[in-house]
Amino acid sequence: MNRAGFSAAALVCLLLGIWEGAVRIWEVPVFILPPPSQIGWTATVKAPLILPHAGVTGAEICLGVLFALATAVPLAVAMFAKPVLEKALSPFLVASQAIPVFALAPLLVIWLGYGIASKVFMAWIIIFFPITVSLLQGLKSCDPEYRTLFTLMGSPFFKTLALLYWPWALPQFFAGLRVGVSVATIGAVIGEWVGAQQGLGFLMIQSNARLQTPLVFAAILWLAAMGLFLWALVGMLEKKIITWKS
Amino acid sequence: MLQVTDLTKYYNGQPVFSGFDLHLPAGRFQVLLGPSGCGKTTLFNTLTGVTPKDAGTITWQGEPVPHLGDLCAYMHQKDLLLPWFSLMDNALLPVRTRGGDMAAAQDRAGQLFLRLGLGGYESHRPDQVSGGMRQRCALVRTLMFNRDLILLDEPLSALDAITRQRHQHLLLLLQTEFGKTILMITHDVDEALLLADDIFLLTPMPMAIFRRFSPEPAKPRAFDDPKLLHTKAGILDHLEKGGVS
Repeated sequence: MNRAGFSAAALVCLLLGIWEGAVRIWEVPVFILPPPSQIGWTATVKAPLILPHAGVTGAEICLGVLFALATAVPLAVAMFAKPVLEKALSPFLVASQAIPVFALAPLLVIWLGYGIASKVFMAWIIIFFPITVSLLQGLKSCDPEYRTLFTLMGSPFFKTLALLYWPWALPQFFAGLRVGVSVATIGAVIGEWVGAQQGLGFLMIQSNARLQTPLVFAAILWLAAMGLFLWALVGMLEKKIITWKS
Repeated sequence: MLQVTDLTKYYNGQPVFSGFDLHLPAGRFQVLLGPSGCGKTTLFNTLTGVTPKDAGTITWQGEPVPHLGDLCAYMHQKDLLLPWFSLMDNALLPVRTRGGDMAAAQDRAGQLFLRLGLGGYESHRPDQVSGGMRQRCALVRTLMFNRDLILLDEPLSALDAITRQRHQHLLLLLQTEFGKTILMITHDVDEALLLADDIFLLTPMPMAIFRRFSPEPAKPRAFDDPKLLHTKAGILDHLEKGGVS
């Protein structure tokens, strides 16, 4: 393990130790704040209960990411190709983020039902924005001297896009995608809070109502682990694709 | 071959150049010599149509053309190689973007790699080779444009002094071996003296040609050729006086 990884792990252990010690010394009731050891225990032994819910939330997030990619990439390219389009669309893009997803969640459940669709839609709203904005910035950051070179080579737009703009924008695209997958859990879980029969958010609400606080924390732990996993996955993908030094 | 008449370009209401004339016969190597920031790059951008001209005519082989954008190849002081492609893929870009016989182009580029001392480095990435090799790869790419006219925008000024000297004779190959017609801009007097058939001294803002020199000795030239040193003295003298007038 490298130094940064080691110090991060040490910090986590220290904080967990303080938490564990404080809860035990002051004998805090488990339904208010369970000690980390019990959360870890619950997350492990209740895995058969949690896993199906985690699977549902994971599917919602992954579908949200896929839909976000399918819309964000063409949108960013179109806005890059036609600046008029960027001017016309950017207020809507910003507005879509200014409205709290929380405010939309009940409506979306009414429109799209208690199933997976409303949650995928919510994840999509949250994810597609950072991808679109970073990709557009990345495309626009291309060195004008390279553009001149391609103009003089008589390169049509889509060839220049494939050979120059797209690889140029890849690092920023991945930065946006990484932000997207790490906040995607928010959209899915909020959707599940408002109305669902399965998913980690549903499990949290149910356990909370029954004062099964360790299970609430266990669900949060699983959620965080999924977010971290997706983050790491995107990082690996980025390393695999971007092999050059700019 | 190339005739530029009365070319004019304004920037923020000020003329960068106004009524600029140039006559470049086929197969000749002409150099525009002037201080940095005198508008040389703007002239190239105007000639290639990257920025529109405000007035003037450009004639290529007797035909008036709007600009030289699809008639010339262009080499910049930055190598402008794409870091995600191998040297070979970079050299093949002009063919890939316009479409054409890729196999034939690959053969030709392979020969040029050998000729310019890049043999064996075809699949290296730009960040794996030296600045001089990158600039040679840019030179191969320039030749792969397959155009008769080449514009060189201080092509060697990003290289260190030793590497630059080694590469100057390669620029000469463009004319002697590949029969190109060349217009180069530079602020390096020695480079101009080594390479040029005609040297035009430029005044800054508005940019204009105020003196022409045609160094006499046949190319390739030596730095210490007495005739060349004599011309150099004349150029330096004029730059000192002319730059301020």
